[in-house]
Amino acid sequence: MYTFSKRLKITSLVLIIVGAIGWISSYNSSHQLTLEDVKVLLAEENAHHGASEAHHEAGDAHATTATHSVNEDDHHAEEAHHGDEHAEHVLHQMHNRPYAALYVAAFFFMMISLGVLAFYGIQYAAQAGWSPVLFRVMEAITYYLLPGALIVLGIGLWAGDHLFIWMDPEVVAHDELIQGKSGWLNKTGFAIRGLIFIAGWSLYRYFSRKFSLAQDQADVNDNSNFKKNFRISAAFLVFYIYTESMMSWDWIMSVDPHWFSTLFGWYVFASMFVSGITVIALITIYLKSKGLMEFVNDSHMHDLAKFMFAISVFWTYLWFSQFMLIWYANIPEEVTYFITRIEDYKLPFFGMLILNFIFPFLVLMNSDYKRVPWFIVMAGIVILFGHYIDVFNMIMPATVGDRWFIGVPEISAVLLFLGLFLWVVFYALSKAPLLPKGNPFIKESEQFHY
Amino acid sequence: MGASKVIHALYTDDDVLMSAVKTVKAEKHHIEEIYTPFPVHGLDKAMGLAPTRIAIAAFMYGCVGLTVATLMMNFIMIEDWPQNIGGKPSFSYIENMPAFVPIMFELTVFFAAHLMVITFYLRSRMWPFKNAENPDPRTTDDHFLMEIPVHDNEKQLKTLLTKTGAVEVHVIEKEAH
Repeated sequence: MYTFSKRLKITSLVLIIVGAIGWISSYNSSHQLTLEDVKVLLAEENAHHGASEAHHEAGDAHATTATHSVNEDDHHAEEAHHGDEHAEHVLHQMHNRPYAALYVAAFFFMMISLGVLAFYGIQYAAQAGWSPVLFRVMEAITYYLLPGALIVLGIGLWAGDHLFIWMDPEVVAHDELIQGKSGWLNKTGFAIRGLIFIAGWSLYRYFSRKFSLAQDQADVNDNSNFKKNFRISAAFLVFYIYTESMMSWDWIMSVDPHWFSTLFGWYVFASMFVSGITVIALITIYLKSKGLMEFVNDSHMHDLAKFMFAISVFWTYLWFSQFMLIWYANIPEEVTYFITRIEDYKLPFFGMLILNFIFPFLVLMNSDYKRVPWFIVMAGIVILFGHYIDVFNMIMPATVGDRWFIGVPEISAVLLFLGLFLWVVFYALSKAPLLPKGNPFIKESEQFHY
Repeated sequence: MGASKVIHALYTDDDVLMSAVKTVKAEKHHIEEIYTPFPVHGLDKAMGLAPTRIAIAAFMYGCVGLTVATLMMNFIMIEDWPQNIGGKPSFSYIENMPAFVPIMFELTVFFAAHLMVITFYLRSRMWPFKNAENPDPRTTDDHFLMEIPVHDNEKQLKTLLTKTGAVEVHVIEKEAH
């Protein structure tokens, strides 16, 4: 039995408070910015790199094609208003930044939880024999899903056109492409779909946890709760793969409403799956170091590390599949997505490939290293950072354009949700024994060796 | 070296074999070889064999494959007959790399896989037209055979092996090779 230690409680509370203060102050300071401030800023920037003005213009035009194409047209037509238009556009991007920073962090922690829920469902549906000793850790992580997903949906609706320009009726009125999609992309539909996704995931999570706990209390020969869990897990996985895909269109892809990619749902899935498995490994190592999970042996860690390695490669495969087809076909409305990222986000965009692919690939390739806890922790931290950057790269270009930086709003938002995540997960861990002793595969799992 | 005596113990179950191996090792006898119809997990560790180095070889073969793919495509598609790839006639390998990545990947896997199999065969002294070393054809079906060299302890070994659950125990005069 794990008890939620006072030290951890204080740590997560401090993280929440520091994060909240940091984020609120950056929110206030960004909202006090006026058009005049931005003009001064732009004038200073032009003075700094006046020579490269032409280049800057070109980059900016790409960065904003998706977001403010309407403004862009005006911008070229009315040269007289050029300066004002541009300054106003930059002001919008600066206003968007705290919203986007909050959204990226909220989504990142939500997706860890959702990825773990899918992993957990797969273990039950496959009747896996190796993993039951890890079930309580997984159940604790998925406890964050309901609050986490409601927060993401809430931020999305509250931020409105700061994140999703299709929520701005003014933009839609001048944009035929968005008008054509308005049957799907409208605020009511967004809210209803979001609630349906969250309700489905949370119902599965609620019943699965209930049956899992009931199985512990049941008679040795009574596996009915396990069977129920098997059935609802299979059903959940079908529901999940559809809703996860739609969620990724709604919550991420629609920030660039002109752009689309048919494997986007899979791409986001790979990201959440590998982050989720990594967090299972990290929390298990933490609990094992406290002497609370002696029943987890090297082979379990080895298998988790294999999953981290494999899904990192899988993520890269999907990243590349998406990139190569769009790069090859070179269709303007598709390729603008990558041009923005390569021109304005070169470091995070290509740096992410090192963090998410090359580093885990080389570090976790050797079989023996997959059993060394500090190797798993090191690779895990890099993977989590890399997938945060992945979400960052998906949201930021459409909302803040080239006005991005990982500064106070981004770091504060991460601390805020990290604190909340730790609090919720470790609270849930303390609610049940760490060994699901009633699971029919528990003996096999405890003796699992490779 | 002339002829040497070995003992052959046959088992019909991999779990029984595993515990037999552990008992024999605990009694400090040397196990010359074990013939099994399928790979038995953990047998190499129980026998005390040195860990395999095939993974290191595989990594190096993969690097060779990656290099071959890169040099080959650079010569074919960029230097010898420059091609316009995807409507972007830059004639530079690095700028056209997305188009080459699938082949780079495939050749890495191809080289690693094929050379690894060939290495394994050579290290196991298996090549075409070689006579099988397998002492008993039943080990290709449902029997497991453990071979232990005898050094004036025939009786003691026989009783030990029978105790571990061997279904047959034979002493064989073996030509050294």
